[in-house]
Amino acid sequence: MKVAFHQIGMSFGNVRVLEDINLEVRTGELVCILGPSGCGKSTLLNIVGGFIRQSEGSVAIDGEVVTGPDPRRIFVFQERGVFPWLTVEGNIGFGLFRETPEEKARRVAHYIRLVGLQGFEQSYPRELSGGMKQRLEVARALAVNPDVLYLDEPFGALDSITRLQMRRELLRIWMAERKTILFVTHDIEESVQLADRVVVLSARPGRVQRIVEVNIPHPRDLSDLRYIALRDQIFGEIGLAHQV
Amino acid sequence: MRRLSQSKIERLLVPLFALLLWHVAVKVSGTTIFPSPLDVARGLRELPHLGAYIRDSLFRVFCGYGAAVLLGVPAGLLVGWWSGLARAANPLIQLLRPISPLAWMPLAVIWFGVSNMAPIFLIFLASFFPIVVATMNGVRNVPPMYVQAGRNFGLSTTALMSRVIFPAVLPRIVVGLRISFGVAWLVLVAAEMIAVDSGLGYLIIDARNAGKRYDLVVGGMLLIGVIGLVLDGLIRRTEKLKFVKWAFSE
Repeated sequence: MKVAFHQIGMSFGNVRVLEDINLEVRTGELVCILGPSGCGKSTLLNIVGGFIRQSEGSVAIDGEVVTGPDPRRIFVFQERGVFPWLTVEGNIGFGLFRETPEEKARRVAHYIRLVGLQGFEQSYPRELSGGMKQRLEVARALAVNPDVLYLDEPFGALDSITRLQMRRELLRIWMAERKTILFVTHDIEESVQLADRVVVLSARPGRVQRIVEVNIPHPRDLSDLRYIALRDQIFGEIGLAHQV
Repeated sequence: MRRLSQSKIERLLVPLFALLLWHVAVKVSGTTIFPSPLDVARGLRELPHLGAYIRDSLFRVFCGYGAAVLLGVPAGLLVGWWSGLARAANPLIQLLRPISPLAWMPLAVIWFGVSNMAPIFLIFLASFFPIVVATMNGVRNVPPMYVQAGRNFGLSTTALMSRVIFPAVLPRIVVGLRISFGVAWLVLVAAEMIAVDSGLGYLIIDARNAGKRYDLVVGGMLLIGVIGLVLDGLIRRTEKLKFVKWAFSE
């Protein structure tokens, strides 16, 4: 087991955001955290990322309690997280300051290839499309060889075609690198397309309402009856959540 | 190519027209005090130490402004980053800011006498606070995401400063430097009217006091304008440097 949430509760002032979150994530698993907007799913990701301190409970990774951010676990924002003053190479190499120059160059080249940004090594983010910037940010995260990736609605700002391509890319990278991935989204289709398990959070204060196993091998056929059944089941869950 | 020359013509048109208007106005009114453009050009050409005056003025502005940049940018970074420091320093900054640098002139003369140091000090005062405030505001407006990403990759606070905060703020610093240079140049002229016996400001006040040479007064004014314009253009060029270009996309 990789990540363990234990009775996480969170309040901002008088606003109760998260309530009694218990969740265990296995090594190499891709888990989607799904919920209506404002349910605290991003807050939960920020807690496990070490950027926000929870009000109650604890998170442990490999049995070690999280107390702050750690380069072994990298947080990926929407594409706006790349550094605009650095080139593609500069961004990917950003976290590699502990490596030798040869190792750094090797890894930068490797991840440029992995995310398909060859030919753009010297480009600045403003010269890239939204999808390319997002791939750049994923590459920057992967380059430091973390065991866990936290993705906070990473494809939310992209158009629907690019978003679909990015999901395919993510799955390809995930299969190649076998990282543990926690993926926050409000997009039901997205969660069923990507995840091994979908954790459905209720409306605020967010509780784990249900955990749905997606036992469909990749690549997933979006017209497969099992896919549609799971998707509709989660739609039902979220619909219930809206009525509470 | 044609569009380029057209815009050049556009930019020259109004100044040329103003010169013409000036010349005609002097001739038509028959004034004997106010000089025509030609009088000004002749007066400046005959002035013996004009080069030395320009050099002195530039030297003062580079010293005072340079010191303000070297101290103001780090001060702004510190005050912007540690909000406690900002809270502590803010009352003093806000108190000193509305005092015109020229109000310091009597003190500057007592402290430094009639020397280069007095105008340098005044220019420093004039440009230091705008630089600090621009840098500080820049730091506060760095998207938290960048800081979070920097921390996530395990950067120490000093590394975060040099590798994330500073490059993120640099475009705003460049803008702040440009604005504060404008202020410094304004203050230089006023300071030179009182605290020294050379420079472009001195030229203006001396030309009036020593012989009502209004051709030199106007010539001094025009020189100040032209040199200020050229220096501003040079500073503006830094916006094209690759470290900051990302923030000034066309």
